[in-house]
Amino acid sequence: MAATSVTGAAMSEALTSGRTARAARLRLPDHGVYLALGALLLFNLLFTANFATVANLRLQLVQVAPVAIVALGMALVIGTEGIDLSVGSTMAIAAALLPLYLGYGPWPAIGVAVLAGAFIGLVNGGLVAYGIQPIIATLGLLVAGRGVALVLADGRLVEIFDPTLAAIGGGQVLGVPVPVLAALGLACAAGFVLRRGAFGRRVVAVGGNRAAAVLAGLPVRRTLITVYVISGLLAAVAGVLTTGRQGASDPSFTGLLIELSAITAVVVGGTPLAGGRVRVLGTLVGALLMQLIIATVIQHDLHDSTARMIQAAIIVAAVHAQRDRSGT
Amino acid sequence: MTTGQARRAAPPLPAASGRGAALAQRHGAALVLLVVVLLGSLAFGDRFFGLGNLGTIALDGSSLVLIATGMTFVIVSGGIDLSVGSVLALAGVLSAYGSRWGTAGAVLLPLVVCGLIGLVNGLLVGRARLAPFVVTLATLLFARGLAFAVSQEGNQVYIIPGDLVVTRAGQATVLGVGVPVLIALAVFAAGVVALNRTRFGLWVFAVGNGGDAAGLMGLPVTRVKAGVYVLSSLLAGLAGVLIAAQTASGLPTLGEGRELEAIAAVVIGGTLLSGGSGSLGGTLAGVLLLKVIQNLINQVGTLSSYYQQVVGGAFLVLVVLVQAALARRRQL
Repeated sequence: MAATSVTGAAMSEALTSGRTARAARLRLPDHGVYLALGALLLFNLLFTANFATVANLRLQLVQVAPVAIVALGMALVIGTEGIDLSVGSTMAIAAALLPLYLGYGPWPAIGVAVLAGAFIGLVNGGLVAYGIQPIIATLGLLVAGRGVALVLADGRLVEIFDPTLAAIGGGQVLGVPVPVLAALGLACAAGFVLRRGAFGRRVVAVGGNRAAAVLAGLPVRRTLITVYVISGLLAAVAGVLTTGRQGASDPSFTGLLIELSAITAVVVGGTPLAGGRVRVLGTLVGALLMQLIIATVIQHDLHDSTARMIQAAIIVAAVHAQRDRSGT
Repeated sequence: MTTGQARRAAPPLPAASGRGAALAQRHGAALVLLVVVLLGSLAFGDRFFGLGNLGTIALDGSSLVLIATGMTFVIVSGGIDLSVGSVLALAGVLSAYGSRWGTAGAVLLPLVVCGLIGLVNGLLVGRARLAPFVVTLATLLFARGLAFAVSQEGNQVYIIPGDLVVTRAGQATVLGVGVPVLIALAVFAAGVVALNRTRFGLWVFAVGNGGDAAGLMGLPVTRVKAGVYVLSSLLAGLAGVLIAAQTASGLPTLGEGRELEAIAAVVIGGTLLSGGSGSLGGTLAGVLLLKVIQNLINQVGTLSSYYQQVVGGAFLVLVVLVQAALARRRQL
């Protein structure tokens, strides 16, 4: 899947990404996440009862869809050597806004929620472009954003009986749940933009070598602001999907700690925290791998706590495998 | 991470033109704290600035002081430790579990396990050269998982017998000050000495200023990094033990997001996330500032507690914006 693997530790590398990407693809560390997912799937097919049923696969995919969507934006942000901790709170704000604007119809409400996500991204991106460390800029909005969501909803869970939202969150097209289709569509869009557009090159150039990107006259600040806006937009979309699926707007728990799941998916998928490279397919597979670990452990009558400890080991193994290339 | 901000070695030598700005960055948190406390006292009088309420703030802030002290060492060394919130919960659970072997078990078991987790963090960061953010993200998951595993997925709440020394000490007061507060202050004072007056402290600054250069000069970079993560985990573990002693039980759900609170306190205190520069005095001011603001919002009866988060987050952004502006002026 060359379409989604853009390497570019240096700008020249980014500009001649074709050959470099192909050479890199032959290396085992890059494929670790795919091999791990394959091995886990095989294990489940052999040893887990009722694993390969349509209902179970559908459930796993629906559960992972919001994480995958948030992780796509996170991958772009991390590609610029940034991080976005505010995604969970952005989801909560989107969820809290929906019932307030449903009176104008479902689509205007969704529009307001998504615009709010973009606005939060704009604030994040503006702070980062001004020179604030991404972790601290977005930490501010993690804390404040959750508070805003709770203030908007007065801290209450609100049930939502809107057929359009229910269809978006829980409906299916040709047997595939809508959130899964959304995740796949957004991933394809991200892969396309990264491979074909100048924007993708700018992202890896800014993340790979900020000083060189500035000297080369790239619009560094605009690129930074754009990736955080995209991250906020995608988080809001995930918030809308989650709310639709639950049939309720829950500002306390929507998106809680999802930033950690998303960062994990991105890192396990082969995008280094040091930036300069974005792997879209790896991110999706990383999110799926983490979800399947939990599902496998639970279906074998083990506990959630075991799943967390296994996930920890997988994360360390993944970054250890990538260590030599990423230079972190 | 990024190089936008000025870096400064341990003994600050600000240029004459930027002295005011440097002073503001170094002591900004303390100044703001002073103003906030004054305004709070004027607005609420004894309800805020009374012994009872101040004691509440101190007890509430003592665990954060411990964690933020360790976090300051880690951040000055150029790293970050996301695992402290989970380690705190794990320590509490292990303390309650270990209390069947008396006070020694209730204190030693959690500290040994937390020290080992810190050692794993330190070796993965220092020796294997993995990114601190990811390594400690993994141990965040691991420690939380272990805490739930020990407590039977949260179904089993271990109780610490009330007649143990550790419980009595955790709930006792000396001259009206809670013992956990005194322990936190003692640890903080020891931290100040270690960071500013010992070779280890100097090495932490040197490693944070540039790991490669420090290694080339012959400093034991790996050991320094291992040391700061062990210290951070031990202090988080101590905070967990103290909370367990106060509540006479260990809950695996405690401390979620506490790592972010500690990072916020450290940054508000003027320590740069890029490493090599910072002060523990600032961290203490940062912790107190966060806690005082939470307390003040609680005093305003009409404000819901949700506003705590809004004000806290907005305040964090404001502080880092001011710091960035000051750092810029100094660079000119």
